Amino acid sequence: MATVELINVSKSFGSVEVLHDVNLSLERGEFVVFVGPSGCGKSTLLRMIAGLEDITSGELRIADVAMNNVMPAKRGIAMVFQSYALYPHMTAFENMAFGLEQAKLPSDEIRERVISAARMLQIDELLDRKPKQLSGGQRQRVAIGRAITRDPRVFLFDEPLSNLDAALRVDTRLEIAALHERLPETTMIYVTHDQVEAMTLADRIVVLNEGNIEQVGTPMALYEAPASLFVAGFIGSPRMNFLTGTVADAHGAQTYGIRPEHIALSRETGDWQGRVMLTERLGSDTFVHVAVEGVGRVNVRVEGRTDISARADVFLTPDPASVHLFDAGGRPVARRG
Amino acid sequence: MKRTPLQNVGLYALVIVIVLQAVFPFYYAILTSLEDGQALFEVNYLPEQVNLANYRSMLTEGVFGRQILNSVFVATVVVLISLTLAVTASYALSRIRFRGRGLLLLTILSVSMFPQIAVLSGLFEVIRYFGLFNSLWALVFSYMIFTLPFTVWVLTAFMRNLPVEIEEAAIMDGASSLTIIRRVFLPLMWPAMVTTGLLAFIHAWNEFLFALTFLSTDSQRTVPVAIALISGRSEFEIPWGNIMAASVIVTLPLVMLVLVFQRKIVSGLTAGAVKG
Repeated sequence: MATVELINVSKSFGSVEVLHDVNLSLERGEFVVFVGPSGCGKSTLLRMIAGLEDITSGELRIADVAMNNVMPAKRGIAMVFQSYALYPHMTAFENMAFGLEQAKLPSDEIRERVISAARMLQIDELLDRKPKQLSGGQRQRVAIGRAITRDPRVFLFDEPLSNLDAALRVDTRLEIAALHERLPETTMIYVTHDQVEAMTLADRIVVLNEGNIEQVGTPMALYEAPASLFVAGFIGSPRMNFLTGTVADAHGAQTYGIRPEHIALSRETGDWQGRVMLTERLGSDTFVHVAVEGVGRVNVRVEGRTDISARADVFLTPDPASVHLFDAGGRPVARRG
Repeated sequence: MKRTPLQNVGLYALVIVIVLQAVFPFYYAILTSLEDGQALFEVNYLPEQVNLANYRSMLTEGVFGRQILNSVFVATVVVLISLTLAVTASYALSRIRFRGRGLLLLTILSVSMFPQIAVLSGLFEVIRYFGLFNSLWALVFSYMIFTLPFTVWVLTAFMRNLPVEIEEAAIMDGASSLTIIRRVFLPLMWPAMVTTGLLAFIHAWNEFLFALTFLSTDSQRTVPVAIALISGRSEFEIPWGNIMAASVIVTLPLVMLVLVFQRKIVSGLTAGAVKG
């Protein structure tokens, strides 16, 4: 059953159309990530679902009810903002209770809901503190708690990790994944520009580019069968090598794509010969940048450590089963043979 | 960087000059108000007698007490109405997109550019027309011409700096516009409101020209005019003692207000109330 449906939804600011005829249907309990570069319209799309932006044309349905003209608070949604957007003058408890007070719930029920959400997020010790007395991670939890107390059908996250430092970001990402496990009935929509967050959290990823949906699919589907040059370049880290020229021509394509992890590196023999320009050692992996005559610059992943250093001559062999070919319009081309 | 002794001396000398320049006139007024009779006309810089006779005569004889109440009433009402209107107006001007917003802001500002004397005669007609002549509401009405543009501008600028996301969070929580202003913005805007309210209060408290023109009887006057019109037993006698006592009396409330709210202003601004 679909909880959120977008039917031919468009958005214009003045004469500029920023989203073009978006069609999307989200299942109940699904964790969907909107991902794309800045300005692709992902946040606008989320804000339209939230009701913070008007829908220029098309229809938004939540649980089979048209929501275009329904007040945000009546849509059965809750949102976690990038900057947390806690009320600075209220304690954590008051922050979490504010929405319930507006909904005129009896005060003992408000208390009960806030405390159970706080327990779930392990912030029940912090309920009488004000936001400025909380750390970034704790504020984030209060913001999530405020959303949980509303008991929403749809949970919206607008880049919730981008204000946290790197270590905390990983922890919070895991906690959001755990939260989704605990709330299996709740649909979650998560906006990010970070493809790692998208890959690790999503049941399905929606890749947006310049106001269009490029591709919708599971993380692995996007990784293995990108539907466009854009998706191929966006999903996967480090990004796919794109080669043009004779290599692509030989396959009857405009662009020849191969991921760094799908190339074998050898010192003795291989399809391409090249010279190492640079090595990046991460401990678990080493990325070797190789300049190949007549092919271009290729990034290759070598597992673990390697003693290859710059200016060494090496041979590369791409795995033919993992090659992605694209035509001049950036659309995929079937492999021959 | 460490200051040399010479720089230190220079710094404090400058501080003393500034403090003296600011405080001496008021100090001299206090000094004068405590003297009476011939002692008034002898120049002295340290108190030689403490005589409260001037204060007693100001507060018990005539209508000065009533005039203080007039001033308090006018200034308080001006501040309350100005802030109420300014908060709601600044919400609209800073957050709601509508055609002609910039023009409206400029118009509001330009209202306060006219010299008082230029609008005086026209305003006099308006006040007569509304039947407000010799009523304190005439002052409330006319003072708002100057306090509103100022409060609206300051509060609009302040509200623009409040993160939009906080407001959006409140919208998601189901709060109406009025609830957002009352429960979310007002507590965050206290520092700005105290500051602008205080300035509006001081303006209304000190205003002279309108108060002189629009009020005609002694019992309706506000203190600046009242003090200016204090006269002695003959036209050749100026009762300096009484004038100084009255001046001190009307200055004290302002000093107290500033002292009381200064803590609030400072604590409000440094608490980082806006940073989520």
